[in-house]
Amino acid sequence: MRAGQPGWTRRTALGAGSVMVAAMATQASAQLTVTIDRGTIRALPIAVSPFASADPEAAALGVQVAEVVAADLDGSGLFRTIPSTAYLQTPEDLQANGPRYADWRTINAEALVMGTASLADTGTLVVEFRLFDVLSGVELRGLRFTAPTADWRRIAHKVADDVYARITGETGYFDTRIVYVGQTGPATQRVKRLAIMDQDGANNRFLTSGANLVLTPRFAPDGQTIAFLSYAATQPQVRLIQADGTNERVVGSFPGMTFSPRFSPDGRQLAMTIASDGNADLILVDLASRGQRRLTNGPGIDTSPSFSPDGRRLVFNSDRGGSPQLYVMDLASGRTDRISFGQGRYGSPAWSPRGGLIAYVNQRGADFHVGVMRPDGGDERLLTRSYLDEGPRFAPNGRVIVFERADPSRGRSRLNTIDVTGYNIRELPTPVDASDPDWSPLRR
Amino acid sequence: MRLLAVLACILVLAGCARNTPEEPVLDSAVTGAGNASGPLAGSQAALQAAAGDTVYFAFDSSVVRPESQAVLRQQAAWLQQNPNVRVAIEGHTDERGTREYNIALGERRANAVRTYLIGLGVPASQMTTVSYGEERPASVGSGEQSWAANRRAVTSVLGTS
Repeated sequence: MRAGQPGWTRRTALGAGSVMVAAMATQASAQLTVTIDRGTIRALPIAVSPFASADPEAAALGVQVAEVVAADLDGSGLFRTIPSTAYLQTPEDLQANGPRYADWRTINAEALVMGTASLADTGTLVVEFRLFDVLSGVELRGLRFTAPTADWRRIAHKVADDVYARITGETGYFDTRIVYVGQTGPATQRVKRLAIMDQDGANNRFLTSGANLVLTPRFAPDGQTIAFLSYAATQPQVRLIQADGTNERVVGSFPGMTFSPRFSPDGRQLAMTIASDGNADLILVDLASRGQRRLTNGPGIDTSPSFSPDGRRLVFNSDRGGSPQLYVMDLASGRTDRISFGQGRYGSPAWSPRGGLIAYVNQRGADFHVGVMRPDGGDERLLTRSYLDEGPRFAPNGRVIVFERADPSRGRSRLNTIDVTGYNIRELPTPVDASDPDWSPLRR
Repeated sequence: MRLLAVLACILVLAGCARNTPEEPVLDSAVTGAGNASGPLAGSQAALQAAAGDTVYFAFDSSVVRPESQAVLRQQAAWLQQNPNVRVAIEGHTDERGTREYNIALGERRANAVRTYLIGLGVPASQMTTVSYGEERPASVGSGEQSWAANRRAVTSVLGTS
């Protein structure tokens, strides 16, 4: 650490068994900006120096941590990481003497991330990082993270989240997971399993065996419980399972098939569809008392609910007007307004955790689109177009949407992410075909 | 489920019209299985031969079409002739819709068939419904011909009661 550097200050535990974080003092306000204009994103050029260590084992991890940080930032589309081969100042020199800003300006870096990795006790990794504004020569941030060595990727994601937040002013979304349905086997007899992975595709694991058809997993707000549709029983039903694959259980007994579960923002209730006698309606189930409240009662199909972040409203899909469209219901008054009036058919609405946008699927002509509109139906924008785009769900910061894209010409189905501005579409790596994604909250 | 029912019938084949699972006639299963000359009574194959087990729907519709009515009349007659056979009406859709909407649409189709069969005198207790939405296509393809083949309700023999 450099002379005159303020020492470590706060130390905050962020939940059991997780990553400890401590702030190093300097908290200058960010001068750097990512410009998102109508039409272009000017990605911020950033250098991420390999995290240094005297210990070879820690040094190897330090290099990997820096690579994950760089991949996260690059993947957001808001940053452009400069390849480390271009760096003029070595990690060791950076560590010993601090940034030589001229060197970083020469390679057009506007921000610089540096850090160290060390192994404390057995199996504990300590990572310290600092973020610099290269143009003004100011340190913006310094943090220390401590976690089990096995969780080194989580530390990297937390570093990337902090850099992202410092520079964009928005909360990050890198230390998160995605639950989805993994698909294998022939199209007429697909084997579907619940799967969960880190947001960048790492640490993929399957939660169910594939013996029974499973669909539409949805995270509870704590990120630990998942609601999904199971065909294990004679009558398909909503079930719950823990994110580690344990404790699969039913929600209750209902006089009809239940599906399309969504947790309320407080995690206490589950909105879902019950279908019987040819009629699909929305109900609200209290998870503690298992009490039920019927939300809709019409002859049409009402399904795919999604709560507003304050829990007071619900956007859902209904064909009550003759074709599938989006409706918003005020839960206290029951007042319901149609919000989709564009061409074609609408479905799969998802309310942004930020509140200001609803993502959905729009089907017009031969194409499927993922689009966004305001909760009052205004400012509709279609972001994607393909043969089949389905199931949009927001990252917890409301900035990125994950969705499924099926490509029959290549016989594959994959998860993709896209920025809400419609830029930076990227395919997520999954070991098998994938559908039905849901994005976890930020991990604690 | 359906496979199990067929297997059970094979096991008790050789002139054994009624399925009595508590008395499997294993001997005749060995000799009889190879000599089958027609579909087993009360089996999916028998339903298919007597009536056809599938009816098709228009896009986003659960209305029983005129051309389906003859099939369903024959299904109703067959179900009444085989009152101990229980069936599930499976509702299916094409992939041209959202997954959850399609589950609801499949349920609506299955129920339309069930209601139609009840109207023809089939006891409601003989039939259950289940929707698979777009999850179990009969035809794999990305054109109208495949989609039309997948918009269907299949009457599926569960077994005997």
